[in-house]
Amino acid sequence: MMMSDFPVGFVLIIGAFILPFLTQKFRPIAALGLPLLTLYLIWSVPNGQFSVLPLFDYQLVFVNSDSLSRLFATVFSIMMFGGSLYAIKQKSVLELSAAFVYAGSAIGAVYAGDLISLFIFWEMMTVASTLIVLSARSEQSLQTSVRYFLVHVFGGILFLVGILAHISDTGSTTFSAMEPNTFGTIFILAGFLVNAAAPPLSAWLSDAYPEASFSGAVFLSAFTTKTAVYVLLRGFPGTEILIFIGVFMIFYGIIYALLENDMRRILVYSIVNQVGFMVTGIGIGTEMALNGVAAHAFTHIIYKALLLMSAGSVLYMTGKRKCTDLGGLFQSMPITAMCGIIGALAISSFPLTSGFISKSMISQSAADESLTIVWFFLMAASAGVFLHAGIKFPWFVFFQKDSGLRPPDPPWSMRLAMLLFAGICIGLGIWPEYLYVMLPYEVTYVPYTVTHVVNMLQLLLFSGFAFFLMLPLMKRTLTITLDADWLYRRVIPKVLTRVFAVIWRIDGQVREQIKQGLSNSIGYLSPRSNLLGGILSKQFPLGNMVMWVALILAIYLMLSIFS
Amino acid sequence: MLNDNEHDKHWLVRKKTILLLWRGGIAILLMLVLADFFIHAHPYFGIDGTFGFYSWYGLVTCIAMVLFAKALGIFLKRKDTYYDDE
Repeated sequence: MMMSDFPVGFVLIIGAFILPFLTQKFRPIAALGLPLLTLYLIWSVPNGQFSVLPLFDYQLVFVNSDSLSRLFATVFSIMMFGGSLYAIKQKSVLELSAAFVYAGSAIGAVYAGDLISLFIFWEMMTVASTLIVLSARSEQSLQTSVRYFLVHVFGGILFLVGILAHISDTGSTTFSAMEPNTFGTIFILAGFLVNAAAPPLSAWLSDAYPEASFSGAVFLSAFTTKTAVYVLLRGFPGTEILIFIGVFMIFYGIIYALLENDMRRILVYSIVNQVGFMVTGIGIGTEMALNGVAAHAFTHIIYKALLLMSAGSVLYMTGKRKCTDLGGLFQSMPITAMCGIIGALAISSFPLTSGFISKSMISQSAADESLTIVWFFLMAASAGVFLHAGIKFPWFVFFQKDSGLRPPDPPWSMRLAMLLFAGICIGLGIWPEYLYVMLPYEVTYVPYTVTHVVNMLQLLLFSGFAFFLMLPLMKRTLTITLDADWLYRRVIPKVLTRVFAVIWRIDGQVREQIKQGLSNSIGYLSPRSNLLGGILSKQFPLGNMVMWVALILAIYLMLSIFS
Repeated sequence: MLNDNEHDKHWLVRKKTILLLWRGGIAILLMLVLADFFIHAHPYFGIDGTFGFYSWYGLVTCIAMVLFAKALGIFLKRKDTYYDDE
């Protein structure tokens, strides 16, 4: 068997089942080694299709290698390496193993060359990610993981229905660019959008991720939504409706994050915001836009993981997660604070960070296509990102008031993981060419022009100025903000409870009436039937019995004569 | 007494430093606005090439977003124990 015939994602999936059997000493070594081995394999597989298996009349293509799949698989394995390093102190082996299956199937999904194998990996991701949420082992995580699972099963069903309809339409299982103009392709698009946290089903993200453990949320942030971005990028480039969906997601993320008090929920709302930028770019669909989306997915995974590592460290050291309980932590957690700030600058696209060299390609492509309104929205949103994530997160966690908490920085493994990812954020910001060469199309874009840098600084710093001007209005309160999940957590259960209360009441009344009727008729019949010789009587006179026996014998005799 | 307290604080959160940060920050903002005189704007739509566009646009849209969020919060905010009885 050639090396390239081995489906790359399986290294991590198989590894997941070996990890629980290793001793405490060897587990971290394997957990760090396997992602590196995966990375090596990714770069040793040439372009083309490998690991092709026949399935009835169709072919499963497990490895369809090109620059786009390689880019996503690369960042997924870097993410898994950093995540494993960060999670060394995590005691739950279930979480680590689930994370390996999760990352392995995400890599499997981006390499899948046909819809059937894509679906298999898609569903494996659902199961594995649910287990990560669940392995936090709290009451909340148990309940939210059920909701999370159900939403993704629903998305999976949409996808499956779409696949079946698409295969019966075209006879082909190949996964390539489609247009949402048939029943099948519309359902496939809908299934993808559920995982991208697009409206109306986006609340699963902010519901589930903040309930995961300190390290679980880091793993969760990377794979589901970005695999969805990948399949949208490959399956539906230039689909206009995605521009509207994307712009909605961008502002939904900002507004909800502005209202939020839980530090990690602020960050996961901003995942929706960032994925919104990518979905918009996919909708624009030019080579520049698609390059921007791919680059932004890459940089986003790193800085979002970094932000959640920083927040996870605070949670790990203090056990607290609400902004109202936190503040002033920069004094005793300088490394966590610094790495959090670097992540926050990167997500805000500050010059010299990775976000600057990726996101600006998307807004540039909107300008090139003369999408005036979209461009103005994207600029406002860029300022809004700094507002809701870039300043809000570090300010309320590390500065703000003095909460009196003086926890030290987290253990070395967590510090090292943060420093590594902070390094990548700045490294890519300074040397973008290393990312640009991996993009699917040739890059002619030059991010660092004086005009662009100055304009971006003006936009961002005035956004920061707005934050401090409006600080009294930003004061954190002990509140949550209702989202679409309110429908299935409150409205539908309440309506169903009421409906069933009525049904049970009517049911009870009908039963009562039937019972009454029965006992009435028994009361009517029994005195009459109880007479000696009555048809339902308990006591048969001897004469009756003899008569019946004689009758039966007579019938028997007749039957035997005629047969 | 007050001075002692101030002195106990981390240098970054002393009143003096905060005042200095405000002044420095506003000076940087002013310089950035004035930088528009010297850079070569590449407007795509006209208005984005006018003086100080990115500065006021960032400020105004952010204030608008905060106010919008605030207004939405009136309807959608609940106590964070809202779902606790599940």
